[in-house]
Amino acid sequence: MSASPELQRDMLRQMQTIRRFEERASDDYKGGDIYGVVHCYIGEEASAVGICAALRPDDQIISNHRGHGHCIAKGADLNRMMAELYGRVDGYCKGKGGSMHIADFSIGMLGANGIVGGGLSILTGAGLAAQMAGNEGVAVCFFGDGASNAGSFHESLNIAASWKLPVLYVCEHNSWAADTAAKKTHAAENMSDRAKGYGIPGIVVDGNDVLAVYEAAQEAVARARAGEGPTLLECKTYRHRPHTERPGAVDRRPEEEKAAWMARDPIPMLVEHLKQQQGQFSDEEFTAMDDEILAEIEASVSYAKASPFPAPEAALDDVFAD
Amino acid sequence: MSMREISYGRAGMEALVEEMRRDPTTLHLATDAPPSLVEEFGEQRIRATPIAENAFSGIAIGAAGSGLRPIVNWSMVTFCFVAMDQIVNQASKIHYMFGGQQTFPLVFRSSVGGGTSLAAQHSQSPYSMFMNLAGLKLILPSTPYDMKGLLKSAIRDNNPVLSFESTRLMGLKGEVPDEDYTIPLGVADVKREGKDVTVIALAWLVHEALAAAEEMEKEGVSVEVVDPRTLFPLDNDLMRASVQKTGRLVIADEAGPTAGASAEIAALVTEDPATFKALKAAPKRVCALQVPIPYSPDMENHVFPNRKRIIAGIREVMEAG
Ligand SMILES: Cc1ncc(C[n+]2csc(CCOP(=O)(O)OP(=O)(O)O)c2C)c(N)n1
Ligand SMILES: [Mg+2]
Repeated sequence: MSASPELQRDMLRQMQTIRRFEERASDDYKGGDIYGVVHCYIGEEASAVGICAALRPDDQIISNHRGHGHCIAKGADLNRMMAELYGRVDGYCKGKGGSMHIADFSIGMLGANGIVGGGLSILTGAGLAAQMAGNEGVAVCFFGDGASNAGSFHESLNIAASWKLPVLYVCEHNSWAADTAAKKTHAAENMSDRAKGYGIPGIVVDGNDVLAVYEAAQEAVARARAGEGPTLLECKTYRHRPHTERPGAVDRRPEEEKAAWMARDPIPMLVEHLKQQQGQFSDEEFTAMDDEILAEIEASVSYAKASPFPAPEAALDDVFAD
Repeated sequence: MSMREISYGRAGMEALVEEMRRDPTTLHLATDAPPSLVEEFGEQRIRATPIAENAFSGIAIGAAGSGLRPIVNWSMVTFCFVAMDQIVNQASKIHYMFGGQQTFPLVFRSSVGGGTSLAAQHSQSPYSMFMNLAGLKLILPSTPYDMKGLLKSAIRDNNPVLSFESTRLMGLKGEVPDEDYTIPLGVADVKREGKDVTVIALAWLVHEALAAAEEMEKEGVSVEVVDPRTLFPLDNDLMRASVQKTGRLVIADEAGPTAGASAEIAALVTEDPATFKALKAAPKRVCALQVPIPYSPDMENHVFPNRKRIIAGIREVMEAG
């Protein structure tokens, strides 16, 4: 089923929200209000948004180190996200996690994760729980091309395929793992070709075309809900920024490669598509939408700044559950 | 000997490059192939691996047993946990289990420690987990001089050696000789002489202990700072001799106390009857709190030991006897 114009506008809003959120996070990281490390998803927004648009609110997702987009697409609260980046008590993890570890279990967002490949088996466990609950719930794992080469990829996909778990494995193939080109560490063009070896469908989709991602996700999700097992869905995409926002971080990617992908920015692509549908959208509407988003981001920063830092002794809380 | 000043991080790089020039059987495995290394040694010897630590750590073991001398860089120690099977079940036992038939000369490098708001997964100092395994040597340098000399020895050693390198010290400057030199594994270093109390400190805490010693000097307390430099082998003789001289012991470690290097050092020093007899006060450990490391800076700082806590520890043992 293709996306209605309303859904397309919602998806556009989410994509633009991710972008504006991360632009702000990057600025405030460089300004010293956000600590540690920030990995931006800018350029890859269509993947998270297209996939999550095909999910039910009670479906579950898991993310990696580049997690802001997945959180927002699953419906996370911007205020609590920003407060976490700011290291405040009202942050999602009470200031314990930061950018690489945002989670909101109440909306089925099982967490960003700093260990490459770490989410693959955990999410497969969420898929097992969904299968055993018998409620047609689906679990989605977002991971990179780099993570696809970790042992946990093979072990998880094999089990999910054997047990017909309701799982969608979304490989966000951006051609790089930090400063190492995917072609140096993976001899085949497509990760999804591996699906054949597990006896499951492997699909490649233009990860910058949110409508294509959405349609592919719908099919894979329907298959999972019907008890037919997992799908490996590969979104070809590209990050617009260096691996991390650390000032002075070198970007070894070739300029021509970057330029070619920048010309296929998923947000203008969707704006154009909407405008081409008679009377559905205009540049003015997009500007108005963007202004609203910027106001939401500004509000999230105010929320974060108004929230206190945790007491130092709070470091001792939550080591064990009661 | 002519000396020049370089950073701790640079000292590690120099040790690597010089040893790779010296020995054509060395090769480097890491998820990143630094361009300067590729330029000098070529892609055959400077391998960019997939993010598959378990496999490339095992590959290093296999290559070592087949005539090569691999140097693996896990980057952060965090990432080596994916390779625990190869480290624990293979690297540490393989020479012994096969009756010493073959040698496995290899080095696993990684950075340790916190203080950078990278949260629980990326702020770890787990060296004592590896002390628990027989068959691995462990180095933990605190200065550029020690880094270069110890890492060179590690690369030349015919056993698996784990090099733990402190994130907090990467930019620290210090003097190294122009000439080739090595520091033998298992030889501790007195970083400052004193007579009232011994502080055995690890890595970054060596520098905090030196700052604490400066402070205490003003109060007329003379602090000896001992850096074991290698966690296996541990230089029991030097540590015990220092404590026999001062009669008091403080141990400072960025890791938590539970089954930590600090616990092992306390046991090794005090189970020696002569040293035990010389003690005027119970030993005191100054370590991180036993929690995963939190992200937000005030909480993170609260967890880690520092010069102030070392001073408090020194006062405690001074007052006790
Ligand atoms: C097990 C492990 N090894 C290494 C790292 C360091 N690291 C963090 S992100 C990254 C690259 C990940 O690449 P990919 O999976 O393609 O995701 P992308 O960053 O491209 O979104 C690496 C090597 C890590 N976090 N975990
Ligand atoms: Mg990638």
